[in-house]
Amino acid sequence: MTTMTAREKAIQESFSLRMDEAELLNCMQCGFCLPSCPTYLETGFDESQSPRGRIALMKAVHDGLIAPDDDVERSLNLCLGCRACEPVCPAGVKYGYLLEEARDIFNNHNEHSAPVKAVRKTVFEGLFPHQNRMEHAVTLLGIYQRSGLQNATRKLGFMKLFPESMQAMERILPAVPKKSEMKNRSSSFTALTEKTATVAFFSGCLMDTMFLNTNNATIKLLQKAGCDIVIPEGQNCCGALHGHSGEKDGAKELAKRNIDAFEKSDADYIITNAGGCGAFLIDYDHLLKDDPDYAERAKAFTAKIKDITQILFELDFHERVKLKIESQTITYQDSCHLRNVMNTHIAPRVLMNAIEGADFREMENADSCCGSAGIYNIVESDMSMQILDHKMEKAKATNAHTIVTANPGCLLQMKLGIEREGLSNKVRAVHIVDLLLEAAEHH
Amino acid sequence: MIPDYIKTKFEAIVGPENVDVSPVGRLVYSYDATPNFQSMPDAVVAPRNTKDVSEIVTVCLEGKIPIVPRGSGTNLAAGTVPSEGGIVLLFKHMNQILEIDEENLTVTVQPGVITLDMINAVEKRGLFYPPDPSSMKISTIGGNINENSGGLRGLKYGVTRDYVMALEAVLPNGDIIRTGGKLAKDVAGYDLTRLLTGSEGTLAVITEATMKLIPMPETKQTMLALYQSMDAAAKSVSEIIAAKIIPATLEFLDRPTLKAVEDFAKIGLPTDVEAVLLIEQDGTPENVARDMQKMASICTREQAISVQIAATEAEALALTTARRAALSALARLKPTTILEDATVPRSEIANMVKAINEIAAKHNVTIATFGHAGDGNLHPTCPTDARDHDEMERVEAAFADIFEKAIELGGTITGEHGVGMMKAPYLEWKMGPEGIAIMKAIKQSFDPENIMNPGKIFAKETRKRLVISQ
Repeated sequence: MTTMTAREKAIQESFSLRMDEAELLNCMQCGFCLPSCPTYLETGFDESQSPRGRIALMKAVHDGLIAPDDDVERSLNLCLGCRACEPVCPAGVKYGYLLEEARDIFNNHNEHSAPVKAVRKTVFEGLFPHQNRMEHAVTLLGIYQRSGLQNATRKLGFMKLFPESMQAMERILPAVPKKSEMKNRSSSFTALTEKTATVAFFSGCLMDTMFLNTNNATIKLLQKAGCDIVIPEGQNCCGALHGHSGEKDGAKELAKRNIDAFEKSDADYIITNAGGCGAFLIDYDHLLKDDPDYAERAKAFTAKIKDITQILFELDFHERVKLKIESQTITYQDSCHLRNVMNTHIAPRVLMNAIEGADFREMENADSCCGSAGIYNIVESDMSMQILDHKMEKAKATNAHTIVTANPGCLLQMKLGIEREGLSNKVRAVHIVDLLLEAAEHH
Repeated sequence: MIPDYIKTKFEAIVGPENVDVSPVGRLVYSYDATPNFQSMPDAVVAPRNTKDVSEIVTVCLEGKIPIVPRGSGTNLAAGTVPSEGGIVLLFKHMNQILEIDEENLTVTVQPGVITLDMINAVEKRGLFYPPDPSSMKISTIGGNINENSGGLRGLKYGVTRDYVMALEAVLPNGDIIRTGGKLAKDVAGYDLTRLLTGSEGTLAVITEATMKLIPMPETKQTMLALYQSMDAAAKSVSEIIAAKIIPATLEFLDRPTLKAVEDFAKIGLPTDVEAVLLIEQDGTPENVARDMQKMASICTREQAISVQIAATEAEALALTTARRAALSALARLKPTTILEDATVPRSEIANMVKAINEIAAKHNVTIATFGHAGDGNLHPTCPTDARDHDEMERVEAAFADIFEKAIELGGTITGEHGVGMMKAPYLEWKMGPEGIAIMKAIKQSFDPENIMNPGKIFAKETRKRLVISQ
């Protein structure tokens, strides 16, 4: 055992104290997870970038066998958190929980540089927990896009000062709604056909601002499927961004506020249209398991979570509503969290296959992460772009005109991939909800 | 730690990017899939070709540095744990399929090729590589050859050994040898190909292999037979073999295993029966239909409560895939999962299953059993907790009894997992002191400095043999 710095010693002690030893031991190191892990494959079979390796590292730190040095942190940071290792794990190891706890410990002991600290504070405390501020931020982006400033910026080459992935990101952001559109939406809607269910809609932070049109489309689809819809007041960001970035306390606060908001609605289901959010919401029972006031309420909350594609599938939407689009080839990129955590991967495919005019072609490795992974594509840009380039090879092999996704992060990443490949005039990326509404309203 | 000048030499051979001495780099190669064995190597070195391997071995010989060749680390007998330090040799760069020879029906590969990738590549050409260890999606061919891995199809098609035709290997003195060839017949001298196969990395480093292929069977069918008694299932196995049918697969799972597998796979396996047999036959449509029909009636006659043939290929694949997950799925039950692979002549399967249950009761431990019933290769598996020292002692005593019983029935201590460190203390039970002596002499003549995967196969001390009192 090498000598540890004071910081390493403190982290090591937290690992001993906080990491779930039984869960660490539950990994029997069979290696069944290895072929599912994007970073293991992308690094040319580097065990330290595999789930089995990362769990072994966590356990070694927990046991005091090695110091929690920079390489350990690097290994944990390079993990996409896609959780593709979980459904393939015969032993049922909850890798995602272990990762979140380990990252939280590292983060609690991190001295971020001043600029990083400022950005983290803005994002995690100032912006995402406050929906009105999210609206402001997106409004500013809208002014930027509509005022001509965007054109001017592009002409001046201002974006060239930023890393390449950020430049492309600036180009692919959707045209955002005006503030008035974000503010003036009703909080309840009634079914357009015979009523099938009452649902509460989790509108999300980014989804309800930057992707407001997709949210509006979601509401319309639910109405067509016979749902009465409420959008509970007081709901906020799901906390996924916090949870995945080692800001667990912040995530818990947001979770409690959401549970408070949705308890009142008394709906049959709580519907999400972003795989990343849904998967975090469905894990609230784990997040709050030690909270005496919320542990039981969290269980009731998570039992109601369903993705929009799953509820549409269950309500036979695709058989009751004629779906048709102009003849085109489409393919689908799974949202990792929708597939690996919410176990929803059949429903979206059934819905897409039901669309007349759509020639659905399965993409090879559609179930493997696209490299978006929350803010991973910004903080781990190199690996993210490597993964994306390999993903685009598979996407191109399908000859699809339309790449369908089920999560805003994946959607932006696929748009980025299309942009990077220079295919913007031939290929589009859409959220499945927008495609379904297009098909339902096609005349 | 290895001295700096040695590290510099490794770096000169493979480049600095392929030599790792960091704590993280070493820790992640300190284990394989065997519980309770862990030991850090001093360095991890990834050669790019045979010449690299030869030069690395030469440096190791000079410095008397242990070498542990490692594929994907899925081995179940602690054969790839660097128990004496030294270097772990990684084959992540040497992972190419070099040739598929459709005239001689062979495939030539580098050791780091993933088993399933090779299987898929040859199947695209209508050729068949039968050995299918449960870890084939992860394991490497190099690892399979070193461990002489078996699999679900061993009963009809044999094990890895039966498909190795030629090897290229680096000897502990750095010499490169080539054994065998694309030859159906070859009696030129000692059969070094067979000697190296299953030698667990203790004699040489395998750097290339030519494997035998056979034509792909035309068709395949899969069947599940359910039983309310373990004995009836075991009896069916004997009756099927006695009826002169050799199925491609004849697997057995007991109730605890079924439950764990179903918890994971969720494919609707029955969890309210005592045992199931998973049976596959391949070949021409007529033969398959005839054999399946015969086996179904044997199972029914032997008190199977239900016999179902998988309706689709997908359903059949789900069944065999679920079976392959059995060991890891049992890991859901308890923190530690100890697995053995005692093997008996297939006529003794019923007796062995019965003995395992009695031994479990005697030592007050839980033992779930599944395995390759058709070839007598069982996997008694004990879900336990390494932190419970009292129970661990009882587990060890139970497995000692199982080995003893297997040998008594004409069997062996390991059918397909290898000796490694885990079973080294029991090897003498099977081989006798004379057998150990000649094996040691072979080891000595290959590797006089004992740098090749030291601490494996040969135990420092043989476990004291107890007489079973039952």
